[in-house]
Amino acid sequence: MLNKFEILETIKMFEKEHLDVRTITMGISLKDCVDPDIDKMCEKVYTKITTLAKDLVKTGEDIEREYGIPIINKRISVTPASYLCEHAKSIDDCVKIAKTLDAAAIKTGVNFIGGYSALVHKSYTYGDKMLIASIPEALKQTERVCSSVNVATTRAGINMDAVAQMGQIVKKAAELTAESGGFACAKLVVFANAVEDNPFMAGAFHGSGEGECVINVGVSGPGVVKCALEKIGKDADFEAVAETVKKTAFKITRMGQLVAKEASRRLGVPYGIVDLSLAPTPAVGDSVAYILEEMGLEKCGTHGTTAALALLNDAVKKGGVMASSYVGGLSGAFIPVSEDAGMIAAAKCGALSLEKLEAMTCVCSVGLDMIVVPGDTSASTISAIIADEAAIGMVNSKTTAVRIIPAPGKTIGDTVEFGGLLGSGPVMNVNKYSADTFIGRGGRIPAPLHSLKN
Amino acid sequence: MRAVITVIGHDRVGIIATVSNILAEAQINILDISQTIMQDMFTMIMLVNIEKCTKPFDTIAKELDKLGESLSLSIRIQHEDVFNSMHRI
Repeated sequence: MLNKFEILETIKMFEKEHLDVRTITMGISLKDCVDPDIDKMCEKVYTKITTLAKDLVKTGEDIEREYGIPIINKRISVTPASYLCEHAKSIDDCVKIAKTLDAAAIKTGVNFIGGYSALVHKSYTYGDKMLIASIPEALKQTERVCSSVNVATTRAGINMDAVAQMGQIVKKAAELTAESGGFACAKLVVFANAVEDNPFMAGAFHGSGEGECVINVGVSGPGVVKCALEKIGKDADFEAVAETVKKTAFKITRMGQLVAKEASRRLGVPYGIVDLSLAPTPAVGDSVAYILEEMGLEKCGTHGTTAALALLNDAVKKGGVMASSYVGGLSGAFIPVSEDAGMIAAAKCGALSLEKLEAMTCVCSVGLDMIVVPGDTSASTISAIIADEAAIGMVNSKTTAVRIIPAPGKTIGDTVEFGGLLGSGPVMNVNKYSADTFIGRGGRIPAPLHSLKN
Repeated sequence: MRAVITVIGHDRVGIIATVSNILAEAQINILDISQTIMQDMFTMIMLVNIEKCTKPFDTIAKELDKLGESLSLSIRIQHEDVFNSMHRI
């Protein structure tokens, strides 16, 4: 029999500490939709998505009501759309595919659809080239489509041609959506070691090793972790801190596992993974930065932040792994600046810099996320930022990503409002010295050595 | 299927009676009930069986929610598995 303290603890997590399931994401394979006739293909894509995901939103809402667990987002990820672009005759054909995905998202009621993606860590196919070239226009003309490009892996090295091109694509996407602060860039992620079963946006896609259809769930709960740390007080040592985070992560993840299994059963779709990520929202009290500050840092971003984050990230995984039968996706703490009230405050007061964020990405999931930089930042500088992150991912065999917004017309001191879960981002300073010649070289950075570790 | 009903808020006359009335009307059987005052707040926890419930779950949840609003209380009904999965291995 449950005791009342356990019941009340759970209720408190839901009502006061922002505990929620961040997303139920249905992964759908579009491999069978490939067709040389673009119109026929779009029809197949639309029919397949709207058929498989027709009950996704309703099922999510039913589970939310019956279990009393807030489920914030219902989303869809699809096979990287570059496979669909192999027969595209023009950029317009690719945009048509993006619009089809958008229409399917609207019809099924999901708020984002991920997978307008290409994997080019070694090189490009024709379809990859077409898709990447179409990204700015596709993101401008659609509302719910998210795009990602994988430019590096530990086994293949870094495709520096793709890195150079993505700098330009990010710039163009920002310019095409200048009136909304470069909003298209908030839906575009550049990855190293991208994972195939990530349920979180904007980087979700349904990898080629995945099955026909799958349910992946992403949990959240920075607020719960922070409150648990508040309770143990400032004098507790790191053993107590790590144990507290572990136990809390276990509880959070068990809830994700329950929702994943239940959604899978009701939809008749196999359950894939639970992603253990601590995903913040701009709501006060739902911040990863505040957890780090609760550990004893005056402001997130000061010296000690990387160590605090390393502890947090590891303890979340240790607690979460036992709570779920299959763990996957990105599984780590997210540090998206614009989506985290504590990060926003730290960036505004100058405690948190781009350089510190880069160091933090070495010990957590995922990378430089939702960073706003001045609109006049050059494409090659953005490419160089991407290259640095890709190098961290490649050498450390982990996923890293860059989601950066060079907000047109904005400069240091400005803040860009994205609204909703994407929050608002203070413009951050970038190094003013050029990486033009470095990025201009092109070619590939070879895969790193993984022996002789001394 | 079993569910847990929790009522949290300021104490007043007739809370249990009113909640029980809604449950009885829908043929929901109360299996266990406990109440206590914690930090000046009235908290009541009920374990109920909803297998023979004559109304959809959603309707009961809404009725309890409405009652909670009218009494300035938080009343929730949740599937028992939420608590089991979170607190039991």
